[in-house]
Amino acid sequence: MILMVVEHANGKASKSTYEMATCARALGREGPVTALVLGAGIAAVANEVALLVDQVLVADHIDLEQYDPEVWSAAVAQIASEGEAHVVLIGGSRNGREYSPRVAVKLDAPLLEDVVRVTSTEGAISAERYTFLARVTEKVAADAPVVVITPKQAAFAAVAPGTQAAEQFDVELTLPERRVQITGKSLEKAACISLAEAEIVVAGGRGVGSAEGFRTLVEGLADVLGAAVGATRAIVDTGWRPYSEQVGQTGKTVQPKAYIAIGISGAVQHLSGMGKSKCIVAINKDADAPIFQVADYGIVGDVNQIVPAMIAAIRK
Amino acid sequence: MRILALIRQVLDAEETVRIRAGEVDLSASKLVVDTMDEYGVEQALRIRETGVDAEVVALAVGPERNQEALRTVLAMGADRAIHVMTELALDPIALSKVAAQVAQQENVDLIFCGGQQADWDSHALGAATAERLQWPQLTWVNALEIHGQTLTGRHDAEDGSEMFSVQLPAVITTQQGLNEPRYPTVPNIMRAKRKELRVESMESFHVEPKLKIIGAEIQVKARLHKILDGKDATAAAAELVQLLRDEARVIA
Repeated sequence: MILMVVEHANGKASKSTYEMATCARALGREGPVTALVLGAGIAAVANEVALLVDQVLVADHIDLEQYDPEVWSAAVAQIASEGEAHVVLIGGSRNGREYSPRVAVKLDAPLLEDVVRVTSTEGAISAERYTFLARVTEKVAADAPVVVITPKQAAFAAVAPGTQAAEQFDVELTLPERRVQITGKSLEKAACISLAEAEIVVAGGRGVGSAEGFRTLVEGLADVLGAAVGATRAIVDTGWRPYSEQVGQTGKTVQPKAYIAIGISGAVQHLSGMGKSKCIVAINKDADAPIFQVADYGIVGDVNQIVPAMIAAIRK
Repeated sequence: MRILALIRQVLDAEETVRIRAGEVDLSASKLVVDTMDEYGVEQALRIRETGVDAEVVALAVGPERNQEALRTVLAMGADRAIHVMTELALDPIALSKVAAQVAQQENVDLIFCGGQQADWDSHALGAATAERLQWPQLTWVNALEIHGQTLTGRHDAEDGSEMFSVQLPAVITTQQGLNEPRYPTVPNIMRAKRKELRVESMESFHVEPKLKIIGAEIQVKARLHKILDGKDATAAAAELVQLLRDEARVIA
């Protein structure tokens, strides 16, 4: 059996769940694809994913209202063992990547982490993943009775829902005590357009000059394009922008249709978070900036003149 | 108390990655202590400097060259270092088996690990080590305080940040913002040469990696490189907008 752990938020399955279903089909192994839904008040999510898989296991319990890596890994490992799963798919979100290693250790399984492609041949699974700050594509192979996989977000196409709903079963779990107490939360300011899912991202670096410059140029251009806003680490470190907007090694990874970099020089750490974008546009006064080496389009010049002129041209 | 800092020696981010015969070849490249691991060492030192009676031990698992990284960490101020020497290519799950055994042998109370490794691009080492020890974990920690046996702090979660509290023993993985790692001073570099760096063989840890790297390549996406001169800002902007609309078809 292929077990996939459903990622969901606000009563809906996340995009990553649809991508995991594609990944599960790509593995082409014998046996049904089984979805596991963990949470509290998740009937709607279970109904939604029933159209994506062959079977749905539902653990709807108040103890599962809040995510915890130890609780989640115990739940998933229990179901994987009981169902004799060959493959356990866990979402490539920050949480998924946090608890999947614990599942792998519990099952004595290899972990194929953040993979962009999978193939299954003769019982062995191989996968491709990015390494060295996303500069290398590495191919790894796992030959084991059970393998844990986290597909990279946005690397697989979303599966189209079927018309026939799979059967649902309630499952009983033995959960460990929570040892980490969460004493407070500060939610990211809900951006109008989510960085991870945006088709266009407009991002700013030190070259925008100031927090005010960022607002005028980066937010200004993002507004007319209906784009999400991103920032470099340098900008976040100065406090001009919140961490939730950071793109790069220690921030978010994005892969939009178009990434428009304003006043960004293109450090390796930043490129590792956006280098796979389909079309990269750079505007920078320094013709030697590394960002131009990965750019499809660009202008060498003063961002303070060029970006307002672009906004005007788009509005026309 | 005893604090273990997991240290990985990785390619300097400024260096070009070289591939030879389907493998990343680091033999001629400059290697450094992973920045994310430096945050862990720094935090361990700060705990000791608040007056907590703590010994800071650094651990690296890998080829002989790893000892340069351990000397750097000793020069930052770690008390001693352990090097488990191996040429074996280890994945994070395999390496965590060594880390957990060393933590047990050394009676460690707290482990620091980088939030993400700059060579594997992985988040797995800290969590896998915690699981092997049956300890709790906090990942992407950007603020940390210790009061007796209690750790409190803040970490990045899925949709924002969370304040937490947890009892020792625990594994903490680092995130930017946790601290500003210190540079080793010359006297400390000299002193570090006399500090204990114990070398152990890999055999006693019984590790058999379940993952094999079967190929590596640098896939460079072909880019168009249509770079315009912006001296006439209005004309350049108009041309770029037109290209994005009609050629790339990425904007409406």
